[in-house]
Amino acid sequence: MEGVMSHASDLNLKATELRLGLPGTDERDDVESVARNNKRALPESANDSGSKGGKSIDHENAPAPKAQIVGWPPVRSYRKNNLEAKKTETETGMYVKVSMDGAPYLRKIDLSIYNGYAELLKALESMFKLTIGDYSEREGYKGSEYAPAYEDKDGDLMLVGDVPWDMFMSSCKRLRIMKGSDASGLGCGV
Amino acid sequence: MDPDQSEDSPSNSANSHGPTQPQSPFPDEVLEKVLSFIDSRKDRSSVSLVRKDWYNAERWTRSKLFIGNCYSVSPEIVARRFPRIKSVTLKGKPRFSDFNMLPRDWGANVHSWLVMFAKVYPFLEELRLKRMTVTDESLELLAKSFPRFKALTLSSCDGFSDNGLKAIASHCRNLTELDIQDSVTDDVGGGWLSCFPENFASLEVLNFSSLNCEVSFDDLERLVGRCKSLRVLKVNDSITLDQLRRLLVHAPQLMELGTGSFMQELTPRQYEDIESAFSNCRNLQVLSGLWEATSLYLPVLYGACASLTFLNLSDVALQSSEFAKLLVHCPNLRRLWVIDTVEDKGLEALGSSCPLLEELRVFPSDPYDRHHRDGVTELGFLAVSRGCRKLRYVLYFCRRMTNAAVVTIVQNCPDFTHFRLCIMTPGQPDYLTNEPMDEAFAAVVKTCTKLKRLSVSGLLTDLTFEYIGKYAKNLETLSVAFAGSSDWGMQCVLEGCPKLRKLEIRDCPFGNAALLSGREKYEMMRSLWMSSCNVTMKGCRLLAREMPRLNVEVIKDEGNDDGQADRVYVYRSVAGPRRDAPPFVLTL
Repeated sequence: MEGVMSHASDLNLKATELRLGLPGTDERDDVESVARNNKRALPESANDSGSKGGKSIDHENAPAPKAQIVGWPPVRSYRKNNLEAKKTETETGMYVKVSMDGAPYLRKIDLSIYNGYAELLKALESMFKLTIGDYSEREGYKGSEYAPAYEDKDGDLMLVGDVPWDMFMSSCKRLRIMKGSDASGLGCGV
Repeated sequence: MDPDQSEDSPSNSANSHGPTQPQSPFPDEVLEKVLSFIDSRKDRSSVSLVRKDWYNAERWTRSKLFIGNCYSVSPEIVARRFPRIKSVTLKGKPRFSDFNMLPRDWGANVHSWLVMFAKVYPFLEELRLKRMTVTDESLELLAKSFPRFKALTLSSCDGFSDNGLKAIASHCRNLTELDIQDSVTDDVGGGWLSCFPENFASLEVLNFSSLNCEVSFDDLERLVGRCKSLRVLKVNDSITLDQLRRLLVHAPQLMELGTGSFMQELTPRQYEDIESAFSNCRNLQVLSGLWEATSLYLPVLYGACASLTFLNLSDVALQSSEFAKLLVHCPNLRRLWVIDTVEDKGLEALGSSCPLLEELRVFPSDPYDRHHRDGVTELGFLAVSRGCRKLRYVLYFCRRMTNAAVVTIVQNCPDFTHFRLCIMTPGQPDYLTNEPMDEAFAAVVKTCTKLKRLSVSGLLTDLTFEYIGKYAKNLETLSVAFAGSSDWGMQCVLEGCPKLRKLEIRDCPFGNAALLSGREKYEMMRSLWMSSCNVTMKGCRLLAREMPRLNVEVIKDEGNDDGQADRVYVYRSVAGPRRDAPPFVLTL
């Protein structure tokens, strides 16, 4: 950042910089007025390469959210809206409640941070200090006290692991760690 | 436009008033017949300047009208000059309106044009509008005034709703094309689709992909079923995969397809069915849509990709691996639009899989850097340039770039006609050397002699503009933001680029001297846009006074210094100042 700043002064860009105020007013006035009026690009951005908005000049205050410049980057609004809408899903994560039979309160986890069942089960094991055992299509979770189940979009209680991960992610509404004995009825095995 | 408005009919041209012209060696009928074969706008323009009888023959034989700036001419002037028009293309707002830089209700309303066309061109068949405001009232007028009307394209237009489209669907009996691209209109409502009459079967192009509405699938299916000549179908994301499958079964002949949403849980049987429906589309050249497509269902497309030349993935944020797998099936790709979530790795795969690529557009998934995603860098661009030597059009949004990379890229691909590089942080230097990006664009203009369009970004001094003025002899459109050091930069461009037609500038230290240096040039250009620069009202008034054939319009920001001209739009016009300007547009 410093290298950039000194370079800027070599070019004497300050002499030609865009300013909102009259010549002679100091920098801080400009920062404040831009903070109020979000319509124009911050003058310093022309020679303050690498910074966004007025953040780098604003030493004293807490880092403000980056000032958004109108119409920049030049991306069409409908395209932005599409992506923003999709992004807020991943932005806020896919949080689902996790209950464990016998535990007094529930936990919440973000499904979107896991890449598959293995990671999810490991996280559950760690969160609840238990072992879950091995999954098989025929017999469900063998060799453990607990089995992970989930409630899907239709409200049905399903065994975790039966459907592809992507499908699970989009249909899982909440998780429930069931005691092994209660879960045996959910196994795919006959 | 030639301001000489002759109303002579062709047979009278030999006896026209004014200085007598030597007898033409051709009878007018012959001249007209010959000229009727000329389609090119530029050729027709040249023809009309040869002599008066050629001017007349040309105006009587012109059937296609192109107006690049709706305010450069008036409906009256057009109607007087051209009596036999069947196809009209009209463009309205300056391009920066796409990025919210123009207030609403700025203008470019098509209505007064339609009123004139209804009077003078009853046999109008085609209307292509871009960045214009189109109200329901206008669409109703259109639907009822032209019995032979066939093709409507609305690109980046706003102002209409379900009602207007209903009128089109109900009354245009001969409609072959309804193409709505990048609609800026809010919730439209989907009832219009059900208004096509039961016996209506002439549709060849139907695109409603950018409309936020739900249509009746049954009506859509029936419509697609009876339109045997349908070659372009682009639906919106209200259409599911399974519904799409049913449409494809009716229309395997499609050449361009915009899918609906891929967000659906398919049974294995459904998966197979849709896979086979896609495989039956052997003529598919263009594919778009694919909302929410993930690695789970992308493979259903593979069978339809062999003849694909244009793949538009700009509505689906793919990761590099699924993107790479898809590309393997698209060896004939010439155009690709993609989101930067594919990252450099994805672009490397592109370089290996698609050697015929001519156009690449990479859009940012995170334009405001809220999530600090990597996106693409100079490495991805380099990789594409190594594998795709025929590249001639690029639009590239990135967070970092180097001069060296761009130099290499244009050495690999010297045939660029459109080079639009957007380094998203304003005024950012070469991230390795911290130097300005001047040398990058110097290389572009020196190496790419066919360059017609250029967008520059990053930290740039006047040197960049000196290079542009010196080398970019074919440049027609230049976009500049947060760049330059002084008036000199802009002056270099205005003095140097003989073919410049559109110049759009924002947030640059260019002032009145630069603005005024181009005064004569602006008459040879379509338009100039300058916003948040150093231009003042005084400078604009001077320009307006000295150049009466230019319209100089200023929009001021609220609460800013009175002397500043915040947004300036300058364009040549034979129609004089706008009569429909809203109060915030000051015509000087």
